[in-house]
Amino acid sequence: MKKETHIHAAERFLNNKKNAVWHDETLWQTRAKRDRQAALIPEWEQLRELASKIKMHTITHLDHYLEQFAAAAEKNGATVHWAKDAAEHNAIVLQILQQHQATQLVKSKSMLTEECHLNPFLIEKGVDVVESDLGERILQLMDIPPSHIVMPAIHIQREAVGKLFEEKLNTEKGNADPTYLTRAMRKSLRQKFLASTVAMTGANFGIAETGDVVVCTNEGNADMGTSIAKVHIVSMGIEKVIPSHDALSVFVRLLARSATGQPSTSYTSHYQKPQKEGELHIILVDNGRSSILADKDHIQTLKCIRCGACMNTCPVYRRSGGYSYSYFIPGPIGINLGMLKAPKNYYTNLSACTLCFSCNSVCPVQVDLGNQIYKWRQGLDSIGKANRTKKVMSDGMRMMFKQSGIYHAALKAAPLINLMPRALIYCKADKWGIGRELPQFAKQSFNSWWKKEVLKK
Amino acid sequence: MDHLAKIGLFIPCYVNAVFPEVGIATYKLLKQLGIDVDYPVDQTCCGQPMANAGFEGKSLPLIHKFNDLFDTYDYVVGPSASCVAFVKENHPHILAAHGQHQCQMSGKIYEVCEFLHDIVKVEKFPGAFPHKVSVHNSCHGVRELHLSSPSELHTPRYSKIKDLLSLKEGVEVFEPQRVDECCGFGGMFAIEEDAVSVQMGKDKLRNHIATGAEYVTGADSSCLMHMQGIARREKLPIQFIHVVEILAAGL
Ligand code: SF4
Repeated sequence: MKKETHIHAAERFLNNKKNAVWHDETLWQTRAKRDRQAALIPEWEQLRELASKIKMHTITHLDHYLEQFAAAAEKNGATVHWAKDAAEHNAIVLQILQQHQATQLVKSKSMLTEECHLNPFLIEKGVDVVESDLGERILQLMDIPPSHIVMPAIHIQREAVGKLFEEKLNTEKGNADPTYLTRAMRKSLRQKFLASTVAMTGANFGIAETGDVVVCTNEGNADMGTSIAKVHIVSMGIEKVIPSHDALSVFVRLLARSATGQPSTSYTSHYQKPQKEGELHIILVDNGRSSILADKDHIQTLKCIRCGACMNTCPVYRRSGGYSYSYFIPGPIGINLGMLKAPKNYYTNLSACTLCFSCNSVCPVQVDLGNQIYKWRQGLDSIGKANRTKKVMSDGMRMMFKQSGIYHAALKAAPLINLMPRALIYCKADKWGIGRELPQFAKQSFNSWWKKEVLKK
Repeated sequence: MDHLAKIGLFIPCYVNAVFPEVGIATYKLLKQLGIDVDYPVDQTCCGQPMANAGFEGKSLPLIHKFNDLFDTYDYVVGPSASCVAFVKENHPHILAAHGQHQCQMSGKIYEVCEFLHDIVKVEKFPGAFPHKVSVHNSCHGVRELHLSSPSELHTPRYSKIKDLLSLKEGVEVFEPQRVDECCGFGGMFAIEEDAVSVQMGKDKLRNHIATGAEYVTGADSSCLMHMQGIARREKLPIQFIHVVEILAAGL
């Protein structure tokens, strides 16, 4: 299936003006909150630097830290599974469910299970998958994917949630009060929690020295799930491992501040041992990560702690929405991760960047997101995906600029359509002119002025 | 600055054709400050448009040409943050990627505001410019050339542009909300993603206009060109002027 390009999806998004303004403003507020929180920490920039170094160190010694983590976790009584790809990951989850004859799985938020398409896989096998994060649950009931990695339902306004709950949870007609709706959802989810025997979480960090898994949430749903169910499955990308609790102390100071502008998440839960008479399964998932290790241009993406700050600051993301990107993770990090996953499928997201580099500066682990996007653009021609118009334009510009003669003739004679904006004008769609007036060319170029006013004198 | 230093003026292609007054102001101002300025007439383009679009290789001949033309100058100075940043940041690695000699330009090229602030260290500009202006902190100026502290970083606040403007009589300086958010130009982005680009430009202009300023001013004529195009289409009450034109006003 040919997916819509970012360009067209963004255009559609912007057609709904009111919604677009609201989306931009809402996410900008998150960025502003992040700024205020970060400003309260004098050593903020040193923390980012340190976090980046710790991550870089860990991913370049990943084999060592993974072994240490797995050994420590097993010593604690956890069962460690290794999944090389999404299929293996999903099969392991299913197997655990079957061993316990579980027909329901209560989940807290996990982008990795999204990456592995776990939910549709399990649903097809007859498992009742229940998302327990409020935003994720709303999306599940609407049957749509997340549009942001930290605030998955950020694009949905409360009136729409009210309508949904009327239909699904029998709430009062027309009541869109957030507290009322949240209570209604809590009541409904509580039944699911009480009935569950297996709970699943993602992992924000895995601590190599102690083998514990750290999960950061705001709603306490992960803890509710894992406290009631006897069996806990953790789905964890191999890049989530960090050396020690000391290292963790750096990341927890950065994560929530960067993500939502909170000093910390409401819950930072450490899972170390299985419950009494219970089981703790940790699935370590590769799914393409190890091959990124060998890619010097893009290895930095593995430092990402999925805070979403690069989305909140991205002027293009804010004005085009999460669904305008064809990869399931949107924004600057998503553009890069999509290219690493399958360039031919996701290259059209590369247009969604002005190279403003704001993302580089907010990222708590200093991923060089903008530079990587620039690098991907350089590689498009070699996979046969370069935009033809752009290529022709670039060729034309090179010819003209390389030979000063042509350029100067162009500068002199009828400058209006002869110079750089020639590219703009000759671009098939003449898209410059849709929302903007063309630049007015000067009667006399700088070159002519120089020759007349300076050289002649 | 060494007063025997020779300056090569770098006038980016679109400044040459669309905003010659910016080039002229740069020349006059440097001249007035007693600096030895020359303009190698054979210059064309730095190669940024094609490289940002994904065709770095195509900019290679332009990079060579650039190096040859400006080789003999002590400093290269141009009135466009984005083009200067491209030469400074990207020429070296493009040359290296093609197994070629070290880039000479990177260490001696300056955006004109940066040059006046850091190298010439001007203490006062002649004349006056009695107007309200809103400073456009362009992305490459801020995040590559460090003309001001990026709003994302928690480092001491500074702005070389505001410093310079304070040395000109009469200028009242403002900054917009979202002080260094991108205006949506982005070179090829402006055409390819025109819907988002224009929306960004409109939002940016709203913030500039809300300051009550008569002019938007900045170190990047490309951003100004994009915003000016929108302002004219939307008939918005704001004008555009490069920082160097303000500094040179009255010369
Ligand atoms: S790339 Fe950086 S800013 Fe973006 S989600 Fe990852 S950690 Fe956060």
